[in-house]
Amino acid sequence: MSRRALRGAVLPMLLLAAWEGASRTGLADPRLLPSPEAVAAAAWHGATGGGLPGHLAISICRDLAGFALGAAAGLPFGFLLGLSRVARTLLGPGFDAVRQIAVFAWIPLIAMWFGIGETAKIVFIAIAAFAPVALNTAEGVRSASRDLLEVGAVFRFTRAQRIRRIFLPGALPSILTGVHLGLINAWLATIGAEYFMTAGSGIGGLVIEGRDRFDMAQVMLGVLLLATTGFAFNAIAAAGEKRLLRWRRV
Amino acid sequence: MIAAPAARAWPGPRRRLARASAAAGLIVPLSLLVLWQMGAHRGWITPQILPAPDAVWAAAADLWDSGDLQANIAVSLRRVAEGGAAGTLAGLLLGAAMGLSPAIEDYLKPTFLALAQVPSLALIPLLMMLLGIGEALKLVVIAKATLVPVALNTHRGIRAVPADYKEVGALFRFSRAQTLRRIVLPAAAPPIFTGLRYGLSHAWLALVAVELLASTEGLGYLLVWGRQMFQLDTVLVAMAAIAAIGLALDRSLAFGEARFARWRAPA
Repeated sequence: MSRRALRGAVLPMLLLAAWEGASRTGLADPRLLPSPEAVAAAAWHGATGGGLPGHLAISICRDLAGFALGAAAGLPFGFLLGLSRVARTLLGPGFDAVRQIAVFAWIPLIAMWFGIGETAKIVFIAIAAFAPVALNTAEGVRSASRDLLEVGAVFRFTRAQRIRRIFLPGALPSILTGVHLGLINAWLATIGAEYFMTAGSGIGGLVIEGRDRFDMAQVMLGVLLLATTGFAFNAIAAAGEKRLLRWRRV
Repeated sequence: MIAAPAARAWPGPRRRLARASAAAGLIVPLSLLVLWQMGAHRGWITPQILPAPDAVWAAAADLWDSGDLQANIAVSLRRVAEGGAAGTLAGLLLGAAMGLSPAIEDYLKPTFLALAQVPSLALIPLLMMLLGIGEALKLVVIAKATLVPVALNTHRGIRAVPADYKEVGALFRFSRAQTLRRIVLPAAAPPIFTGLRYGLSHAWLALVAVELLASTEGLGYLLVWGRQMFQLDTVLVAMAAIAAIGLALDRSLAFGEARFARWRAPA
């Protein structure tokens, strides 16, 4: 192991040792800080019989459903804003204004309109995913190179050809950035939806239920799962982005 | 910078065009507003789904006259100021320490990156159990949200200072303090400022989240209260206030960022 990796491991090891020591000696209230073994036991119990995989699957499906909805609306809207000057003039300012609303502030309104069930959660996640996808698509399409458009004019490209051969490849990096950001936002929104609209299952619901029962081990486990799932989404999106843009490096 | 003189050569038509397009941008929102007002008054839209614009305006006026709106805005702004200041200070120190010392970076960075992966929102229920639902909770959540982007950008900014600059400093036999003040700080200032801007927008988002989950005052609480009372007009007013203040905070730092960029451009 390199010196670097060893150094990086020092602090986590110290923290783990302090955690273990504090719970062994009874220095920490086990209700506030359960021992590492207790958290591991909760994880084992949850994974084998407590339905943890089911909750995780529900959260992930919810996230992807909302994301798909938001991206499916955001892509054409972004293309419209990027391609048409008229659309940009008419719809741009309204979109910019609505975009300023901090995303969680939508929750009470959505809860009043759709209740706190599955529909409300998915609508909220879709709203969160929509803005970055639309914004980055519009920017990418708008910045399509003028030179390439002239080449397209020389070849007498039709409108469809222009979109497929010039705008789409030119805007792809920006679109993928938007999709990536949309995915990150969607996961944040999934956590938010499950925290604020507590009906139903999912990892977020599990965290809130753990808090209500003052079960710290369950809460810690849930937060850890939420963070690692977000990390995995991010890593997958980054890898996908890199793969889809391989041709650019040639 | 190249386009600027050309733009100045024909200010008339351009400015007129900009004004015309700004006016055109109002067409859709205004028509929607008119449609909304008509729909509400003809009973197409029930007030339980969407109260009429004049009702929302009246609710805003009521909230303003009673002082409720200002009081809640003041509470929210104070929380963002306190949590944001604590997070900024800690983030600057952490980012600078990691940027200046490779050893500190080796020790702290993996743990810091792991913490950065945990969304501030996800931490709120856990922190509620540890800290209760008082001001300490808001301070910690907002400070954490601010700290991460500030530390990351400070770290990156310092790391990206070109080696050539440092060599020039070495040539002049700059002391450590001189190198920091004359070379590192000016070169790293723009990315650090970008970090501050991200930090503030994260702080505002975290504020709304924490006030929705656990608060008895502030703009987020106004949203919750409006929902519980089935007062959609109050909810809409609070949403508008959240958007306006968020925009104002971001624009003020964007202005500062642009100033920094301009000051840097001639050099």
